[in-house]
Amino acid sequence: MGNQPLLQLKNLRTSFRIQDDYFAAVDDVSLTVNENEVVAIVGESGCGKSALALSIMGLHQEGRTKLEGNVNFNGRNLLSLSTGEMNKVRGKDIGMIFQDPLTALNPLMTCGKQIEESMTYHTSFTGGEKKERALELLKSVGIPNPGRTYKQYPHELSGGMRQRVVIAVAIACNPSIVIADEPTTALDVTIQAQIMDLLKELQKKNETGIILITHDLGVVAEMADRVAVMYAGEIVELADVHTLFENPLHPYTRSLLNSIPSTTDEKERLHVIQGVVPSLKNLPRKGCRFKNRIEWMDDHEHEENPVLREVEPDHFVRCTCYKNFHFPEEK
Amino acid sequence: MVFLKINNLKVYYPIRGGFFRRVVDHVKAVDDISFELKQGETYGLVGESGCGKTTTGRSIIGLTKSTAGEIIFEDKDLTKLSRKDYHNYRRDIQMIFQDPYSSLNPRKRVLDIVAEPLRNFEKLTIAEERQKVQFYIEKVGLSPEDVYKYPHEFSGGQRQRIGIARALTLNPKLIIADEPVSALDVSVQAQVLNFMQDIQKEFNLTYLFISHDLGIIQHMCDRIGIMYRGQFVEEGAAEDIYTNPQHIYTKRLISAIPDINPKNRDKQVEFRKKVNEEYKNSYDKYFNAEGKVYKLKQISNTHSVALP
Repeated sequence: MGNQPLLQLKNLRTSFRIQDDYFAAVDDVSLTVNENEVVAIVGESGCGKSALALSIMGLHQEGRTKLEGNVNFNGRNLLSLSTGEMNKVRGKDIGMIFQDPLTALNPLMTCGKQIEESMTYHTSFTGGEKKERALELLKSVGIPNPGRTYKQYPHELSGGMRQRVVIAVAIACNPSIVIADEPTTALDVTIQAQIMDLLKELQKKNETGIILITHDLGVVAEMADRVAVMYAGEIVELADVHTLFENPLHPYTRSLLNSIPSTTDEKERLHVIQGVVPSLKNLPRKGCRFKNRIEWMDDHEHEENPVLREVEPDHFVRCTCYKNFHFPEEK
Repeated sequence: MVFLKINNLKVYYPIRGGFFRRVVDHVKAVDDISFELKQGETYGLVGESGCGKTTTGRSIIGLTKSTAGEIIFEDKDLTKLSRKDYHNYRRDIQMIFQDPYSSLNPRKRVLDIVAEPLRNFEKLTIAEERQKVQFYIEKVGLSPEDVYKYPHEFSGGQRQRIGIARALTLNPKLIIADEPVSALDVSVQAQVLNFMQDIQKEFNLTYLFISHDLGIIQHMCDRIGIMYRGQFVEEGAAEDIYTNPQHIYTKRLISAIPDINPKNRDKQVEFRKKVNEEYKNSYDKYFNAEGKVYKLKQISNTHSVALP
């Protein structure tokens, strides 16, 4: 097991401009992804998980976004690279799998050409070599007839097949890190299971680091090695997957886990997190951001300036409110 | 009295082509299905996208015309009623749509959205109408002043509850919920599901719950029908389906549910592999030469499976 850190985020802050002010959607996030490791980032929509992924890839609209902090990769800070330099990293060292396979693929290009595209930029392969590699990739992502799919357009394929092509595009140049932004959300359950198994298999074979962004805790439980739970732009809990599911500490993590209809205890009432995720403009910038959604807890349970603290080895939790936390119904 | 009984329902869409764009073939979206709903229960319709579950729901409520078959609601066959007679039944069956963003008209206030069914069926004064709308808006957990707002002022979960309030205003007997929570976040999803259970008790509603998420179906439903390519592959009480699945397709669906316990991870992968092997090896046993499933056969009082 390689434990070399591959990618290090240090105090990353991504702010978007709304009228004349900047609001941080990703607020002071530090996270390390090691070699051969799957790190999952979980949270509800609007918690900043996709914004984080796009910041690493440098895909935010310039002029409307402000990026601060460090994204260290191979001894360089990706945030300080020029577009030209960044283009050499994207696709080669870091691959990305997008959520919706239909919009992620170019409808006017055959699948084969799309897989070859990144090789054209990043390698000196000849046409024949590229084709060979593309066919090999299509085979490795489990496409039954690579020769035919190579010549097909995205609309000729089913959703699951398209997502396989997207994965093939992402791993075409053997990147050391793959960012998978909700890779299975748009797919049916059976296809989701296949894609999950495929990603895991490829990850083991190529020893890639994966940043898995999802809102589905089931997918996390099946795939991740470490999990970061995000709420309102901050990481509120960070632990390895077994610890997180066995001993979740932060109130948000516990609430999320309690709100899933589980297959074991049926017909019970599900837990509901009160209130709503505050919008970017109205995010509480001071104190515990989860405070107004657990109003039955006393104010003094919260810290004034909550920080991510190591409560047991490799288990980090933000704010002190987890210590005496209870659900309103258990008293 | 039969509450709702579907007999040999078929919905075919014509494929036109060739000379004069004649009908050359049909897409059999729903191909000969029969099932029954008892009053007060929740019936789950499960399947992958394209299996015809939504079409089934839409043809029961009359949004899609059925090609053949009977839809018997309270001893009347809805497919044979005249337009005028059918009108009376419209109010008893309501629908909750999948996407709370596109199912509410952005230019209308909540008051107008929720009052629309009332305006179609009842002659109320403006004050009465507002009162009634506010009553249901409060029932779904929003405040009475919210009726003057527009849909964009609400979050996804709140919008879905407005959609539910609209479905409730006419005191329907049957609600068809087509993927009511798949567009929502987990925590919001929990809120809507809890709420649907509450109002079911309060108004004695019957649900036809259409979803592809087996976790939610298990949580909500008393009986479940599993569809594949427009046909039923298995039908039974929730326990039958989850603890004793018989058809390979059902087994596949169940094996695909992600396990929430990371300890079972490898077991889950193995399990899926085994089921997939079985699926490949015994395909002929479960599917006929055209890739269709066989007719349902009863194997116990509550459980039927499509086996030859």
